[in-house]
Amino acid sequence: MKNVYDVIIIGGGVVGCAVARELARYRTKTLLLEKTNDICNGQSKANTAILHGGYDAKPGTLKAKFNVLGNAMFDRIHEELEVPVQWNTSLVVSFSKEGHPALERLLDQGIQNGCRGELRIIDEQELRRREPNVGSTACEALLVGSGGIVCPYELTEAYAENAAMNGAQFLRNAGVTNLRRLPNGHWQVISTVGTFETRAVVNAAGVYSDVFNNMVSERKVHIHPRRGEYYIVDKKYHNMFHAAMFQLPTKMGKGVLVAPTVDGTVLIGPTAEDIEDKEDKQTTAEGLAKALQEASRTWENIPTRAFITTFSGLRSTGDTGDFILGEPEDAPLFFNCCAVESPGLTSSPAIAKWISEQIAGKLELKENPDFNPIRKAIPKFREMTAAEREAAIAANPDFGKVVCRCETVTEAEIREAIRRPVGALDIDGIKRRTRAGMGRCQAGFCTPRTVEILAEELGISPLEVTKFGGGSRLLEGYLFEEGKNHA
Amino acid sequence: MRKTDILIIGGGPAGLAAAVGAYEAGARDILILDREERLGGILKQCIHNGFGLHTFKEELTGPEYAQRFIEKVLEYQIPYQTETMVIDVSPEKVATCVSRQKGLERIEAKAIILCMGCRERPRGSLGTPGERCPGIFTAGTAQRFTNLEGLMPGKEVVILGSGDIGLIMARRMTFLGAKVHACVELMPYSSGLKRNIVQCLDDFGIPLLLSHTVVDIHGREHLTGVTVAEVGPDLKPIPGTEKYFPCDTLLLSVGLIPENELSEMAGVKIAPTTSGAEVDEQLQTSVPGIFSAGNVLHVHDLVDFVSEEAMKAGANAFRYVQGTLSKGGRKVPVQMGFGVGGIVPQFVSENAEDKVSFMFRPRNVYRNAKVIVELNGEQIYSKKSMILAPGEMVNLSLPPEKLAGLKTADSILVRIEVPEA
Repeated sequence: MKNVYDVIIIGGGVVGCAVARELARYRTKTLLLEKTNDICNGQSKANTAILHGGYDAKPGTLKAKFNVLGNAMFDRIHEELEVPVQWNTSLVVSFSKEGHPALERLLDQGIQNGCRGELRIIDEQELRRREPNVGSTACEALLVGSGGIVCPYELTEAYAENAAMNGAQFLRNAGVTNLRRLPNGHWQVISTVGTFETRAVVNAAGVYSDVFNNMVSERKVHIHPRRGEYYIVDKKYHNMFHAAMFQLPTKMGKGVLVAPTVDGTVLIGPTAEDIEDKEDKQTTAEGLAKALQEASRTWENIPTRAFITTFSGLRSTGDTGDFILGEPEDAPLFFNCCAVESPGLTSSPAIAKWISEQIAGKLELKENPDFNPIRKAIPKFREMTAAEREAAIAANPDFGKVVCRCETVTEAEIREAIRRPVGALDIDGIKRRTRAGMGRCQAGFCTPRTVEILAEELGISPLEVTKFGGGSRLLEGYLFEEGKNHA
Repeated sequence: MRKTDILIIGGGPAGLAAAVGAYEAGARDILILDREERLGGILKQCIHNGFGLHTFKEELTGPEYAQRFIEKVLEYQIPYQTETMVIDVSPEKVATCVSRQKGLERIEAKAIILCMGCRERPRGSLGTPGERCPGIFTAGTAQRFTNLEGLMPGKEVVILGSGDIGLIMARRMTFLGAKVHACVELMPYSSGLKRNIVQCLDDFGIPLLLSHTVVDIHGREHLTGVTVAEVGPDLKPIPGTEKYFPCDTLLLSVGLIPENELSEMAGVKIAPTTSGAEVDEQLQTSVPGIFSAGNVLHVHDLVDFVSEEAMKAGANAFRYVQGTLSKGGRKVPVQMGFGVGGIVPQFVSENAEDKVSFMFRPRNVYRNAKVIVELNGEQIYSKKSMILAPGEMVNLSLPPEKLAGLKTADSILVRIEVPEA
């Protein structure tokens, strides 16, 4: 019998991986194809990491609906998948008295959208009591009780690992090049790693999701990448702000965010710049300067010497302004998760649930009684108590070997990140799964050892170890004949 | 809980010398902890020569220099434990460490000497725009790859920053067959030693571009080139001066940062000017019984001075354990006057008994300038130098009789005086 998949998911970002996990609740044969060397390698890895409350999107939109639904699912995600989530609230800060009507509009919008938890305007006194370090011109704010923060990498990895545990297949370095409707009504998916037949396709291709939609549907979609640039500030400043500090959008712009991350650093950004090139993730002098200038209203005297790194990410901005979800009329069994930009991370579990229910209905999928929703996180040595550390090293001596000094990541964690289902294949993959290399020294000390461990675990030469797959090799060659380096 | 008189955190040049210093002062219960497989710290990868001119009156390589101290440690049978990472130090001087062999251990010490060294400033902290591709290394990481792992990062090299490791790596990469196109320095002067500029750049015809910086980094999958521009007096790039350098490797030598995470856990006060512990002339930090020496205290130019400083810290730690370390009375703050950056020590005891050494880096290049120390408005030291530069530390010491005035002083001032134009 021919090897036919029930569902092929294009794209291993947060939405694609969430859909893979939701589909695993049914008896399905699911395959996820990811173009790059790793999951969580595009939009999902470079965003604000905020769990949005749901006040921002226009009532009635898919963004509003899925944001609020998704937000309510994160306590369970935290329990089932051990993904770091903190409900630290969000504040939308106004820096001028004239902003009051706009705050009222956001409040009203939030109520209409059905935001859960506390939602009210707080005066300057309460704002300063909550956030003593907010800039001197701040005068009031919208308090969003259901605002939170999450680790976007671990969220995506947890979805993927749990999906894989429950039978979903993942292929990386598998770029889809074409889609064809077969006479039997199935889809043919042509990729760089082979041609597959499937009953349904999920398009979760991020900034490229327009390309796949436009291959199969006359209802054309256009995604233009919108670049955002960010700074990460040393964890020494973790207590500067407690809530995610948004700025009230004004005629001058949407403002930038200053927010603590679940890892203890502080994130500043993003800018918003529409660009043409879907691969252009450079940071720019202008963008970085702009992010800093705008953020300085929230955080006066930002300690520029405490920057750990800068990065940029692309949002998949669609031309309708809203998410484009579900089957286009003229392409049955092709399911779009298109134009999923902010609040996409927050919406991801709700989108995935809805999409998989649609698919299950159409394909008449049966429930999977063996589905196990539990995924254990890689044990984090840095978060263990002394007794836990003792026990961990006793069970696996590799926990006694700290590889990343800045973030206290042990060899045991790095090896496990590689060995897990949908495990790390490159340096950046290890970084996202363990934080090794994400700290103050930015991988200066740990890179040589991480290269060694990757080479050992993957059975490759150190010269074949890459930063993020493809041609991103770290090292050029051996100084001596191979094998004679350690005479 | 394990107990020891003197716990030394770090087995690099500072830690080794601290152990030797403590032993030679009389200590017999010492323990050195190091996170790497072998003792020697960063010297293990510094295979160039030029070490030891002051200490041994001969030119040694880094590993040779380290070996001199390792042999003393072995001869004195000072215990050490490698592949052991200290993850916490409490103000009560209890260190928590982990290792494969012994798991999690807590060690209570009567005195601790902090010798953790420093780390390199990474690209991320510079905010240099452009691609985030491989091919960008701190100079020390590249040095580890070439000198310890036998692996070559790349063949076409640009170096950003002219710190000593960057200069040394310019020569090293040239020896290994790479073409080093330029060494680019933001400031109008190098932060490295003059002798390294001559021996590592000039001798190989590598241009040193002062008042220049990297303004863009190119290459999506791997580094393909950098854009370099001249900067004005405000250190901002001057539009129109951009020049493209094709390269597959960018080495960064843009500053060293003392690694004081453990010091801060122990409650040790950190001086913003050095990013190291605040110490008195005995190298004791703000926490009694905790001492600091070497690059974790302040970034040195020569390892010889690290050894000297650490031996003193070791001896003082033993005196502290014995209860014979002078209490010294009131601490008189050291003021940094014109031209003085990051001085050590930050305090001098009013009853200082031995000679007191001061080390600092000049903030700029000064010609025919004088280094002056003033106490109660009176000059107690003055020395003229042909040239003072940030790359070379000023090291001066004062005998106790010069410091008699400390008892009535509010502060002691160290400054540079430049001749009038």
